[in-house]
Amino acid sequence: MKRIGVFVCHCGTNIAATVDVEKVAESARHLPHVVFATTYKFMCADPGQKLIADAIREHALNRVVVAACSPHMHERTFRKAVERAGVNPYLMEVANVREQCSWVHRDKPVGTEKAAALVAAAVAKVARNVPLESGKLPVERRALVVGGGIAGIQAALDIAESGYHVTIVEREQSVGGRMAQLDKTFPTLDCSSCILTPKMVDVGHHPMIEICSYSEIESVEGYVGNFEVTIRRKATSVDPDVCTGCGECWNRCPVKKLPSSFNMDLGHRPAIYVDFPQAIPNVPVIDRANCTYYLRDGKCRVCEKVCPTKAIDFTLEDRLVKERFGAIVMATGFQTASLQQYPEWGLGTYPDVVTGLHFERLVSSTGPTEGKIKRPSDGKEPKSVVFVLCAGSRDEARGRSYCSKACCMYSAKQAILLREKIPQAQAHVFYMDIRTAGKDYEEFYMRAKEEYGVNYIRGRVAKVYPEKDHLVVRGEDTLLGRPVAVEADMVVLAAAIEPRADAAALAQKVGISYNRDHFFSEAHPKLRPVESNTGGVFLAGCCQGPKDIPETVAQASAAAAKVVQMFSKDALVSEAQLASVNEAWCIGCFLCQPVCPYKAIQPKEIEERRGRDKIKRTVSSVNTGLCQGCGACAVACPSGAMRLNGFTDEQILAEVDAVCL
Amino acid sequence: MKLAYYPGCSLCGTAREYNISTIKVSEKLGIELEEIPDWSCCGATSAHTSSPLLGVALPARNLAIAEEMGLDVAAPCAACYHNLSAARVKMDRDHLLRKRIEEIIDRKYRGKVKVLPLAEVILSRVGLDAVRDSLVHPLAGLKMAAYYGCLMVRPKGIVDFDDPENPTKLDQIMEAAGGEMVDWSHKTECCGASLSLTGTELCVDLVGRILERAAEEGAECIVTACPFCQANLDMRQAEAATKLKTDFRLPVLYFTQLLGIALGLPAGELGLDSHVVDPRPLLREKGLI
Amino acid sequence: MLNLQATIGAGREFTDEINHEAGTDINRCYQCGTCSGGCPLFYAMDIGPRQVMRLLQTGLGEEALRARSIWICATCDTCTVRCPREINVAGVMEALRIQARRRGYRIPAAVRKVRILTDLFLGSVRRSGRIFELGLVQGMKMRTGELLKDVGMGIPMLLKGKLSLRPHRIRGRAEIERIYRKVQEMEGGSR
Repeated sequence: MKRIGVFVCHCGTNIAATVDVEKVAESARHLPHVVFATTYKFMCADPGQKLIADAIREHALNRVVVAACSPHMHERTFRKAVERAGVNPYLMEVANVREQCSWVHRDKPVGTEKAAALVAAAVAKVARNVPLESGKLPVERRALVVGGGIAGIQAALDIAESGYHVTIVEREQSVGGRMAQLDKTFPTLDCSSCILTPKMVDVGHHPMIEICSYSEIESVEGYVGNFEVTIRRKATSVDPDVCTGCGECWNRCPVKKLPSSFNMDLGHRPAIYVDFPQAIPNVPVIDRANCTYYLRDGKCRVCEKVCPTKAIDFTLEDRLVKERFGAIVMATGFQTASLQQYPEWGLGTYPDVVTGLHFERLVSSTGPTEGKIKRPSDGKEPKSVVFVLCAGSRDEARGRSYCSKACCMYSAKQAILLREKIPQAQAHVFYMDIRTAGKDYEEFYMRAKEEYGVNYIRGRVAKVYPEKDHLVVRGEDTLLGRPVAVEADMVVLAAAIEPRADAAALAQKVGISYNRDHFFSEAHPKLRPVESNTGGVFLAGCCQGPKDIPETVAQASAAAAKVVQMFSKDALVSEAQLASVNEAWCIGCFLCQPVCPYKAIQPKEIEERRGRDKIKRTVSSVNTGLCQGCGACAVACPSGAMRLNGFTDEQILAEVDAVCL
Repeated sequence: MKLAYYPGCSLCGTAREYNISTIKVSEKLGIELEEIPDWSCCGATSAHTSSPLLGVALPARNLAIAEEMGLDVAAPCAACYHNLSAARVKMDRDHLLRKRIEEIIDRKYRGKVKVLPLAEVILSRVGLDAVRDSLVHPLAGLKMAAYYGCLMVRPKGIVDFDDPENPTKLDQIMEAAGGEMVDWSHKTECCGASLSLTGTELCVDLVGRILERAAEEGAECIVTACPFCQANLDMRQAEAATKLKTDFRLPVLYFTQLLGIALGLPAGELGLDSHVVDPRPLLREKGLI
Repeated sequence: MLNLQATIGAGREFTDEINHEAGTDINRCYQCGTCSGGCPLFYAMDIGPRQVMRLLQTGLGEEALRARSIWICATCDTCTVRCPREINVAGVMEALRIQARRRGYRIPAAVRKVRILTDLFLGSVRRSGRIFELGLVQGMKMRTGELLKDVGMGIPMLLKGKLSLRPHRIRGRAEIERIYRKVQEMEGGSR
């Protein structure tokens, strides 16, 4: 016997003002199987939940409909409430009479009629619901951190300090990332290296952290708690167990003039190199594309000859290493926009037009100019530098609508550094808005203007062009309402922060979603900011969206806390509303396989009796660890074999009938 | 209580009634005013707008004389109060300036005397209780708007009489005298008096806006402590009313005149006959004279 | 096209001078417009106080000397008390008026009367030690040719004894004269 109870919430006046809740309850009483219906001011509150539990006992209810707000809000609340009263949580349905009814209607009779219809649909569906049970999943208590910048370093340290093993996969020779390239940091003007390198040493020495540098993610299989990751460890040509990092090889390498990407190509490095003097691990790699040994059939071998520990091994090959992890933290960071779409600013055309990251290397004492600011074209000390904010950001017309968030502050910092290093130099900043939302940020910006005399011009730069031995920057001073020109020895473009070029490809490998700018998507912009849409994969730093160092570190620690929370459980509870296959109906077309975003569908061989024969055929099967219950497969299936439990065709059609018939 | 009295040029001319009523009210409240001997003009706006040094030197001469008298200065005129205060503050802040001014005026100046508007003297040295105790004809039923203008309250740091956006001290005094004060928005909006002779049109606009607001809030008259505001709001009232197609008939009085009535001074001694908008019909109607 | 470096460079001295005279720092201005927004006379100005600040920041302060606004400003100080950056805005306007006079800028016809009044006023104080109001009004009429202006107000004032017919002369007139001369010497005798 199906005995359904209907509970209509007033939600204060949110629902009750536009929906006659008593009438809705009354109309529900006449629906099939409904034995009880009532209303209450706040159904989600403790007394409301108790009311449901009491009614379940008193009227021996075995199915429940709650007419209230969106299931996104309180479905879990009411499922728990009925579960406590002894009803399977999946025998409860929410009729959304707030977001889909009271909030979008003004006319009370119309709202009431629609609410009654929505309740009727939910009653029709719940009558066809079946109890569902969640499964349990084991957890592999090891974490993978993709990216060894400050986000990856922080997340790794926090997870490792909680007692779990962490592997950091870093693409470059050393960990450190963008922060290692910076000179000083706002708003305190701390030296970036001074606060970063101790953390790099910590991850280098931590017994629970393994650094796989010069490595990339090849593939990711598995699911939350049980990922199987293949890591490509690129051939370094140096045996890390023997190398002492003495530097003989890179000091003696005859190929000296290769552009150093760590120095934004403003400086040079040899063919065997470490990214920078404080590199972790302090083991060089050979750039095989430019090494004489590889280019000229075994010639040269200088490094091999000078190495005191015989660490050079030209025969090393790329290795693919397969490892199991329970959780993944994505911390792949950012790159700055190439600004090729902005020829009017001349980046790449005029050597003295550079980006903010270039400027960092020019100010840094570990940089190619040892911290003396020299313009790239002729090494002259600049007497006037123009900083251009929003270079590529906030420009929908050319593809980036977002604000890169850190540029206002780092440009103020760079202008300050310029004025400190070359007191007679002028610093001009073209800006559209100045955004200094952060502790002590506004004060820092004001210091730039007042203490350091940085000249702020409100307006966007229209064009940069050369004139004699300098550049001319043209724009409007929108506060004056007049066109202005500023002569500059150097122009520093605060180029937009964007995800790494291969971010989308990596997201597809890992199975997480990303937005149109290719930033990885968080599960909820407010309430789940460090979780991806895929169970067990977490986000930290600029791969999720532009942010500065303090925010990145906070997010990394939050992601680590989520990982540790997962690892602290004996087992994970799996989703109950998952896809399942009616193998008898499955024709093995596998149309479902490519539409599954979670790679949860695999072929499976079954034996069937056909007449007197036993035949073998291949059908789809759902990996319940991977399936997130999205239902894409059920829609794609032409034979109706694939179904999503909790949302079967029968249930959905019953709802439609209740509304339309 | 004895104070050095600085009437200033206006109070000897166009604001004669302010001078008379100030002297009478002070007598009544036990404030002894000793006129600064051979005082000279404070320079008004003209001095400091054309020469920063002259703008300090002219008031400084009077401050130096008051210092010789050993008395704090009472200055009823808002402009004089402002200028004397400003000169004092500037010389306090800038030691070198003080030296130069001493050289210019050829007198010693040590910055020992305070400059107080008359309202402040009444409020902090006489006290509102004493005012209430001396009431003879409380101003019951008379709705007035206290208008402070610019010079009494701005800028902070140069003058420190009252809050620059919502001053209340004149209101407090008039309330103690039994008056009914309207709370209104344009207490400190500029009336443009300094443009009275040169930018008459602008001045009429500003006067109109202020009177309009006072009337809207139900005021029957305006009280002020500034001769320029008084003259401007009074004399430009007809023009402003014409421009706004209305009729204000809002008498503009010095607070000392009404305070004098409350303290029982003979109406004939308070200069009530010297206004363009005659206040006497209103006061008669309220049974105050 | 404005060459900002050139203007800022060329105008720096002037801006510094104005800053010094007004005892303020206009470079602190972040162009919020509170000054113009609250100015009771902005409606009558050619450029508002915010724009005046911007002209000074960009070294174009001399343009402000030609603006009508500096003569329309009534020095009510509303801008100064409200400025979130604590700039003495009214003081800057005043410093500009002083500069405009010193440098002999042509004062707009409509506001030339301010200068006449100031001259008359200061002359009156120099001669008598105090202001002779009737003399001031008469002088104004003579110099501006507006002979009949406000006659309607003057006569009742005379009758009410508000305007004395003769100037009051203080005893220390010589002292006042000495003050004027010393100020002139110190300020470079430009007047």
